[in-house]
This record gives sequence, C-alpha cells and structure tokens, in this order.
Amino acid sequence: MKKYLLSALLLVAPALVAASGGGVHLDKANIDPTNKESLQRGARTFVNYCMGCHSAKYQRYNRLGRDLGISDDDIIQNLMFTGEKTGDLMDIAMTKEMGKKWFGAAPPDLTLVARVRGNDWLYTYLRTFYQDDSRPFGVNNQVFSNVGMPNVLWELQGTQKAVYETVIDDEGHEHQVLEGVEIEEAGSQTPAEFDRTVRDLVNFLAYMGEPIKLERQSLGIKVMLFLFVFFIVAYLLKKEYWKDIH
Amino acid sequence: MGMLVNFRDWIDARFPLTKMWEEHLSKYYAPKNFNFWYFFGSLALLVLVLQIITGIFLTMNYKPDAEMAFASVEYIMRDVEWGWLIRYMHSTGATAFFLVVYLHMFRALLYGSYKRPRELLWIFGMMIYLALMAEAFFGYLLPWGQMSYWGAQVIISLFGAIPVIGDDLSLWIRGDFVISDVTLNRFFALHVIAVPFVLAILVVLHILALHEVGSNNPDGVEIKKNKDENGIPKDGIPFHPYYTVKDIVGVVVFLMFFSFVMFFVPEGGGYLLEAPNFEPADPLKTPEHIAPVWYFTPYYAMLRAVTIDIGPLSAKFLGVIVMGAAVVILFFLPWLDRSPVKSIRYRGPICKIMLGLFVVSFVVLGWLGTQAPTDTKTMMAQVGTIVYFAFFLLMPIYTKIDSTKPVPDRVTG
Repeated sequence: MKKYLLSALLLVAPALVAASGGGVHLDKANIDPTNKESLQRGARTFVNYCMGCHSAKYQRYNRLGRDLGISDDDIIQNLMFTGEKTGDLMDIAMTKEMGKKWFGAAPPDLTLVARVRGNDWLYTYLRTFYQDDSRPFGVNNQVFSNVGMPNVLWELQGTQKAVYETVIDDEGHEHQVLEGVEIEEAGSQTPAEFDRTVRDLVNFLAYMGEPIKLERQSLGIKVMLFLFVFFIVAYLLKKEYWKDIH
Repeated sequence: MGMLVNFRDWIDARFPLTKMWEEHLSKYYAPKNFNFWYFFGSLALLVLVLQIITGIFLTMNYKPDAEMAFASVEYIMRDVEWGWLIRYMHSTGATAFFLVVYLHMFRALLYGSYKRPRELLWIFGMMIYLALMAEAFFGYLLPWGQMSYWGAQVIISLFGAIPVIGDDLSLWIRGDFVISDVTLNRFFALHVIAVPFVLAILVVLHILALHEVGSNNPDGVEIKKNKDENGIPKDGIPFHPYYTVKDIVGVVVFLMFFSFVMFFVPEGGGYLLEAPNFEPADPLKTPEHIAPVWYFTPYYAMLRAVTIDIGPLSAKFLGVIVMGAAVVILFFLPWLDRSPVKSIRYRGPICKIMLGLFVVSFVVLGWLGTQAPTDTKTMMAQVGTIVYFAFFLLMPIYTKIDSTKPVPDRVTG
C-alpha cells in the first residue's frame, strides 16, 4: 500500500514544482514577519507613500496597532492623516472613477496584494522602475511592463535606467531585450537602505494580507502536539480492544 | 443507573432506539480484515459533518450579494472571532472531502466493492459524488474572487456549447446575461440548502444499503456465507466497539494531515486557495490562466483534449460529452466488470495493469488540467483520455479473459 502512496506522490510532484514557476526572475524578499520594528517602518512607508492612491479597505487601523504594537495615540498621530476613528477601515477618499481617469486604471486595493502577487514579486516590482519617456509618468517597470503607476519611491531610490542586452533571434534579427536596471541618479537612501525600506514595506503588505498568520501557525503547533498525544491514546485503546481478535 | 435504564425503556417503547443502535453499530457485523483503505468511508462522514457545521457558522456572517460578498469573506477572516479558522476549515474541508472520496472510490475499484450484491450501494455512492461536485461548484462562486467568477464563467459556458438549446440553457442557469448578483444568490441557495439536503439523504441511503448487504473486504469474500450457530458471521466483528475505536485512530491521523494544511499551508501552494481569488471578481478583466480547483482538473483536461469538430458538432460540445461520459461511465461499473472474483488480490495481471494505468491516467490528467495547454500537453491529455475510457470500455473483455487465483472460503489476515 505504501508503494501506491509513494508513486501517487511522485506523480503529483511535477505539478507542485510547475506551480512555483514564473516568467521573470524575482529577487527574494526575505521578510521577517516576527520583526515588529520592520512591520512598523513598513506601515509608515505604506501610509506615507501608498495610501495617497491605494486603499487597504479590509484592514482596520486599531487591528494594525494591536498586531504591530502601536498605541491608539501613536496611530492617530503617525498613521491617520484624516480625522477617522481608530476602529475604521483603512479606506481612502479617491474613488475608482477618479483613479481610472487619472491613471488609466484604478489603483487596486492593497489589503490582499501580497496574497495575489506574492512577496518576491512585490519586492522586485517596487525596486525595478526605470526611466521611460514614452510612458505617461516617465517610468516603466521590469516585472510589470507598461504599468500605470508612477515610481512613488523615487525620492528615496533615485532614478534608474534600463540595461538592454542584444539578442539575435533564429532569423538573424537583432532585438533589444531588457536585462535589468541600474541607478542613474542617487536618491536620499543608499541602495542597501532602499532595499530595506522596500523589504519592510513588503513585510507590512504580507502582514496585511493575512493578519492572523503568526497566531495561526503557533496555534497549529499546539494542535499538532495535542493530536500526537491523542494518537498515542487512541492507538493504545484500539490495541486493547483488538487483542482478542485474530 | 436504574433511572437511565427506565428512560431508555421508555424511549424504546415509543421509538426504535436500541434496535437502531444494534442494527447499525453494536450488532452490525463487519469483516475483521479491514485495512488502510477502509478508513475513508467514516472519514468522508466526518468531513461532511465538518463542512455542515463550519458552513452554518460561515453563513452567519457571509453576505450573498455581489457588492458585499468579497468584503464579507475578509470580514470573516479578520473581524469575526475565530472566523479565519472556520473559513480555513471549510476551504481545506472541500479539498479533504474530494481526497477522501477519491480514495474511498479507489478502494471500491481495488476490491470490487461495487460488484453484486452491492450495485445499488455503488450507485448511491456515485450520486453522492455527483452531488458533491455540484456542491463544490456552487460553493466556489461564493467568495466572489476573480477565480470564482471566471471559473463559473467557464463551466457555465460549457452548457452553452450544447447545440440548439445551449444559449437558453446557460441563460437559465445564470438567471442573467452575465454572471451577476442573481447568479450569486441562487448559487448560495443551492449551496447551503438544496444540495446539502440531497447529500444528507443520499448518505443515509448509502449507509442503509451498506448495512443491508454488509461490507465487502480486501479478500472480496462474503462473510455472511459462513455463520456460526447464532447466525453471526464467523469472520465478522461488531462495528462498535471494534471499528469505532479503530476509526478514531484513523480520524486522528486524518486530522493531523488536515491540521497541517489548515494551520501551515491553507493556500495549498495556490491549489486550494488560488492567488487570483484574493482579488474581487471583475467582469471586465479575465485572469491570465483559468484553472478549476484540483478535484475537477482530470475532467477539465479531458474537455480540452477534444480538439476536432465532427460535422455540425463543435469540439467544445464533443469535449463536454466526453467529460460527462467520463463521470457517467462510472455508474455502469458493476455491469462492466465480468470478473468472477471481486478483489484485486485474486485477479490476474491484466486487471492489475489496467487499474494501474487508470490511476496513472487520472493523476496525469489531473495535473494537465492545472496547466496551460501546449501541443505536447494536449496530446498527453488525449492519450490519458483514451486510457481512462479504455479501462471501462474494455473491462467486459479483459476481466473475462484474465486469469484468476482461487478465492479462499474465509477472510485472510
């Protein structure tokens, strides 16, 4: 029977591997969801740079405060820029219609963006804007080509230019293929500092995608331990009852 | 104690409580040689109960409204006490249900449990499987995410492929020209009332039929043919307490796997909760890659494997026919199998090879159904579909000509 199970597992293995594949190369975000300071810095970046256009309308301010260790007073002073209550959802004033008019596509709600895109995608996306004069906001992006969003973090990162690679196809034609990006003009942060800023932001977005995640995992360990003990009891009970069956 | 006995007698005079307890548990004699594969029946019942209970709690906060459905699921995940646990239990439960049912059905294939006199038992089981597929389909629309919306769109469009009546039929199912609030409302009604009700009735019928004919076993021996002087099968043991205590062990092991998924990988690598489904349904934006949840993918691969039109019949319609036939053909299994023996243990090499090929084709088709089609993959799906059908259609021949080993009078081991 074990052989059947093993072969069944081996058969689904390619599916599991294929599911993790993607198109472009993504840098690893390496976030630490237990690092509260990182999450707090991420929250600050989020409300300062993202919430102008993006809502997080399934997340409540005070839930964020509770989970990240920020008091209600600190939330009101540092994270809430309009006069809402701390129990409110993190919604914004800009409507979908306005967003569509200004950016071509309405800026999506970001509460669950980490669960839609994945942490590595976000980490790479936010760091690979490059100058492209053909675009309305003068920038394009390596992992999201022709994106409607401007590079809102440019003050911190500086500006970047695209690096192209010349590739010759089967028919002998030359093509310019985007290989990567490099800093053109420095911003207020060094590349290492900027990577940390984005990592903190992605950490926060990942938290917001599933605020219960850490609690879920720690409860899971307790449940597994309980089941393990229960298994021993159940197994011994079964053995006791079955000892007269031959 | 005396009072309890009196109370029981009082009830027994008015309702067959003790009679039912004995008939279905303490004096229901099951073969003593059940193995690993015999855990999945009771586990399916456990998952059904789990789905009903978690479902009841979810409906307390879920809003079947196109404007509010997505947000209400997030409300459950964030603001409702233990809502996240209930929701993950329900979403993990859907996968567990199919997994357990597939293994339960595979057991029947291994040991010929569908063969005479258990044909009706098998048919009730197949009806449960059909109801379960309907239940899963209706339920998947409710979170109102992108994959909910577009998955339902793809499946409903299959009805549209039926010639002449197709368009009217899919309009009738949706209740609107596109999937909309109307569709969501009726799917909610079907998911929480209609189908669960049918499922519960079918499960009762399935168990009644089982207890009428008695359980099969890994040897495929009828234990009722060998009874002692009291009329009790010599190889039978009372379901309670023997199999109740044994099934508890199975339940605990199952719960370990279940809890592992629920607490540590509830998204199942994007196979249980698909990433696009964390984005609200948008009728104007089609996701790059639409794939049904894993338990439907073998049939989805068969649908896409049909690529040629025949006369006025479109490839899509023929694909729908193939897909439907793949499920319907299972109903006929008891009459397709002409082998004189039940269990794989006493069957010849051809039956074993065919069953092995069938399992491989089902798993490979399942994988292909999750993938974007390419020429090679479509060809693989075509081969898989042929193998799948060959298992059933050639069964009357190969089960008849295959060699068999002598079946013992009594169960072994």
